[in-house]
Amino acid sequence: VIGQVAIVLYDGFAFGMLLFVLSVGLSVTMGLMNFINLAHGAFGMLGGYVAVTLMRQLGVPFLLALPCAFLAAALLSIVLERTLFRRLYRAGELNQVLFTIGVVFVSAAVATYVFGTVQQVIPMPSWLRGSIEVLGLRLNVYRLFIIAVALAVTGLLVFGLERTRLGAQVRAAVDNQRVAQGLGLDVERIFAITFALGSGLAGLGGALAVEIVGLDPSFGFHYLVYVLIVVAVGGLGSVAGSFVGAALLGIGDVAGKYFMPEVGSFLIYLIMVAILFAKPLGLFGRR
Amino acid sequence: MLKKRTALAALGLGLALSTSALAQETIKVGLILPYSGPFADAANQLEAGINLYVAKNGDTVAGKKIEFIRKDTGGPNPDVAKRLAQELVVRDGVDIIAGFALTPEALGAADVATEAKKLMVVMNAATSIVTEKSPYIVRTSVTIPQVNYVFGKWAFEKGGAKEAYTLVADYGPGLDAEKSFARGFTEAGGKIVGADKTPVANPDFSAFVQRVADAKPEAVYIFIPGGAQPAAMGKALADRGLTPPNVKLFGQGELTHPEALESMGDTANGIITTFHYTLERDDPLNKEYVDGYMAANNGRAPDLFSIGGYDGMHLIYEALKKTNGDANGDALVEAAKGMSWQSPRGPMSIDPETHDVVQTVYIREVKKVGDKLQNVIVDQIADVKDPNHGAQ
Repeated sequence: VIGQVAIVLYDGFAFGMLLFVLSVGLSVTMGLMNFINLAHGAFGMLGGYVAVTLMRQLGVPFLLALPCAFLAAALLSIVLERTLFRRLYRAGELNQVLFTIGVVFVSAAVATYVFGTVQQVIPMPSWLRGSIEVLGLRLNVYRLFIIAVALAVTGLLVFGLERTRLGAQVRAAVDNQRVAQGLGLDVERIFAITFALGSGLAGLGGALAVEIVGLDPSFGFHYLVYVLIVVAVGGLGSVAGSFVGAALLGIGDVAGKYFMPEVGSFLIYLIMVAILFAKPLGLFGRR
Repeated sequence: MLKKRTALAALGLGLALSTSALAQETIKVGLILPYSGPFADAANQLEAGINLYVAKNGDTVAGKKIEFIRKDTGGPNPDVAKRLAQELVVRDGVDIIAGFALTPEALGAADVATEAKKLMVVMNAATSIVTEKSPYIVRTSVTIPQVNYVFGKWAFEKGGAKEAYTLVADYGPGLDAEKSFARGFTEAGGKIVGADKTPVANPDFSAFVQRVADAKPEAVYIFIPGGAQPAAMGKALADRGLTPPNVKLFGQGELTHPEALESMGDTANGIITTFHYTLERDDPLNKEYVDGYMAANNGRAPDLFSIGGYDGMHLIYEALKKTNGDANGDALVEAAKGMSWQSPRGPMSIDPETHDVVQTVYIREVKKVGDKLQNVIVDQIADVKDPNHGAQ
């Protein structure tokens, strides 16, 4: 029984880590600019398509396709931020929601036009297939890989935010944008960089997700709900919050389905409601 | 409400009658399909089947030109399908409505077909009840009980399984599949040792497959929608060592569609599925169909939706030939009853009583042919009817 529980925890944690990589960028940019970007998942989809196309058409190895997915999503997000998104920073929340959900529709139509409606297959290298035995538990190698990537991303983010100049600027801007601006920080530039990094992480998450959940033009809609739950539960602008929120969501989802399959898929929503009742700002939210 | 509807239908009839004198040389076919949304791929494949048939056989039949009007339901929305069917009949004056990838679409449009007296060709929607909803409905695809009831029997009698665990997607088709497989399996003498249901939009199967693995069953029966899920399911099974020959794996054909097999790799070897269409079936008609389809669609292979659309068009063409181009709904339904033909899928016919499809069910096993995994036919059962329509 302990073995089964351990396996469920492992699978759930790995799924949670995937959600973490997909959503942490949105949490930070929302905390920073109060900009509600529902198109975040579309950048994830872009990363997925970039990785699949590079690997299948050009034979690029998986480990190289991942940073390419990151870069492609980050670059496109800079272009969109400069031309479209920045016009809406001062607009009302409803305008932002309507505009960015429109972007998701457009991205789905473009993906259908370019890649068709078919499910994309990602050819995994053999060293990431199958499972290994650890202490009598069969652990899926790919999920182990996802956990490793997510922990590395967390480490880099925490280090970057706590120890670098840009990180200090980001923290200052999240805490109080007006004062930060008054002290001479170029908040718009900080935000543009953060936005690109966050979208890039979504691209990376999208590329990682293809093997687990598949990829088709509706990806941007499909994962929007999960991403928003992670952000809401974790609290805006908090890396630690996204990490804990995503882990809770992943483990809650898998454990709920395992122990109570009849109600399992509702469990995560119940958890979310309970947490938000107790802490309306999310676990680590400050404002 | 009812009055309004009847009035609307009457108006539609009147319009149809008045325009038919003008439009004698064309027959309008209204296609109702989920062209956008999560089932867009099904609509695309189905339409590609229709287009292939028209490209092969010309767009003129019995001296009349066939013209298509397309409507998008966006997904399993019965209300939208009903509204679109009304629009097609009343405003566009179509003679035949067709398409229907999803059961809710067909159920939504059925009343309109009855009231307007139009032939309604269901080219996919696969739950049993669809054809019972209107005397004007004819189905050219498959029903889930049709392929799964006989498969349940087969699994016990020839597949060598005595006890099975079922794992199905928690929606109409999944429940239909679970029920009919279990019925066939237990009637033959087998025992169902456990049953779980996965949410339809399920991104991660690990928890459910772990439950199955804990029960250590001799055989597992799986039904999940096509698309991304089969590959994810295959991998979740492989991670827990639930692959043949450790366990017998049974499922409906979607589970082992070509993209899923590519993604699953060798762990798919030995999975046994039941289906009405097999891409690699060795038959000249099928080879011609597959080659033509792949040439017209950038090398994409046809699937169950494609064959439903292709045979649906065949039915429309042949019925129009029989009526000499008369598109009257009653005449067309009469012409379709009992019609039988050789399809790329094999021999098939339309049951004169239920207007439902009667066809051969193929039992296939995933095997390596050359260096590629394929669904190889290991057995077939001829002239299978839907068991829920009082047959068998």
